Amino acid sequence: MMADQLPEHPDFLWRNPEPKSSYDAVIVGGGGHGLATAYFLAKNHGMTNIAVLEKGWLAGGNMARNTTIIRSNYLWDESAAIYEHALKLWEVLPEQLEYDFLFSQRGVMNLAHTLGDVRESMRRVGANKLNGVDAEWLDPQQVKELCPILNINDNIRYPVMGATYQPRAGIAKHDHVAWAFARKCDELGVDIIQNCEVTGFIKDGNRVTGVKTNRGTINTEKVGLCAAGHSSVLAEMAGFRLPIQSHPLQALVSELHEPVHPTVVMSNHVHVYVSQAHKGELVMGAGVDSYNGYGQRGSFHVIEHQMAAAVELFPIFARAHVLRTWGGIVDTTLDASPIVGTTPVDNMFVNCGWGTGGFKGTPAAGLTFAHTIATGTPHELNKPFALERFETGALIDEHGAAAVAH
Amino acid sequence: MLLISCPNCGSRDETEFHYGGQAHVAYPENPNELNDREWAEFLFYRDNTKGAFAERWLHSTGCRQWFNMLRDTVTYEIHAIYPMGAPRPDAAAPARESGTASLAADSTTTGTAAPSTATTSIAASTSSASITAPEGATK
Repeated sequence: MMADQLPEHPDFLWRNPEPKSSYDAVIVGGGGHGLATAYFLAKNHGMTNIAVLEKGWLAGGNMARNTTIIRSNYLWDESAAIYEHALKLWEVLPEQLEYDFLFSQRGVMNLAHTLGDVRESMRRVGANKLNGVDAEWLDPQQVKELCPILNINDNIRYPVMGATYQPRAGIAKHDHVAWAFARKCDELGVDIIQNCEVTGFIKDGNRVTGVKTNRGTINTEKVGLCAAGHSSVLAEMAGFRLPIQSHPLQALVSELHEPVHPTVVMSNHVHVYVSQAHKGELVMGAGVDSYNGYGQRGSFHVIEHQMAAAVELFPIFARAHVLRTWGGIVDTTLDASPIVGTTPVDNMFVNCGWGTGGFKGTPAAGLTFAHTIATGTPHELNKPFALERFETGALIDEHGAAAVAH
Repeated sequence: MLLISCPNCGSRDETEFHYGGQAHVAYPENPNELNDREWAEFLFYRDNTKGAFAERWLHSTGCRQWFNMLRDTVTYEIHAIYPMGAPRPDAAAPARESGTASLAADSTTTGTAAPSTATTSIAASTSSASITAPEGATK
């Protein structure tokens, strides 16, 4: 499983066209969500005169910085629906995109370390089952059987008291996912324009009609914002606010090891999440930095906290060397759920607020956001995630299932 | 990691502090008159500035006092630290310039002798021009 060969990839996966003077729709942000949105706009809605604008290089933001975990074991109906739809898409996308991005359904365990954890976990397993999401409760012995290197002794600070387990969850090779979407977008006629930073918007009354960039002005009938951590910066340019706070979130990888870690292990309580990449690195995620930041680097004490937890849970990691660390900027909301839908500006739409869980949601975010952009109305799956929920009070409080406290 | 100059206790590691979000958010004057939109603004909408940002911090494992900080959210440079209730120091730029000249005022200020907003200088870090900036202050 872990020794899978990486797929060969051709020299040129997409063109690098000059921006045209006008498009039917412009997607701001060339990460996973932007590319998936463009793909579904072209495939499901026949909109091919569209552009994806990326201020840096393709998929160089959060898409290149996440820990590649995919799961759908969320508590509330609204979240379970959209994340489970995403998981079902993940299962068919390699064939649909004709590009293998090594989606490996090796399962995800979410550990419980306190009686409160145990109760909340069992509740989530029940909720998952009612929503058709595969979920099981494992006792410590079953946890050990699935992941033999886990320390289940009860003499550690936060002993493993059990875990939820989603067998269909897993990891995918994130950069290959981006390349797969980009290649298909390109084939369908989408212009992917890198090094193109949005500097402002042109409006006719309250309707957006164009995008100002460092590579000239682009007229467009519709704008979709997919800029994750920078969404509120774009919204401010367009003249509205978002209930978003941007925080640095960091992760790290070890040097390469033999296959030792057969599944994905996450722990909210001691705050570390670990999987082993296809090549052999141990990939570990931490918590967010408490303060707002756009610096794409995280605090050292957060790594220290994360490593302490990792070494206690996986004693054999004590001798592993850290190869590199990095940070991404996550766009967090007060209810730890995304914002997908219309904005106060006509013809401008926003997909943001995925916080620490955007990667797993990529296909469903793209599919539903494309629907919203093409039709101007919400998709059944993204309807509950509208900006209006902060006014109506119909929040979707997913802090418990978000896995990273924010 | 940030090195934060607590106005009461001096320079301490970030881990001693608790972040309190955007500063200068006033409770609504007439709460009974707010509509849903206005309540949403007060409860859920905060600035998310890329650049100089005024925020609240609590020295939770020290003096347990709140104070305000003007910090750059891109470079993490701390421009100013000032008391709760004091207005936000004007701009980041003058504070940076005064930084080099004011290292002597290194955060031994007591609670009562609050720094004036004009001398936004007890920042833990200074401009890059400063050769005396404490090691790691801008991390």
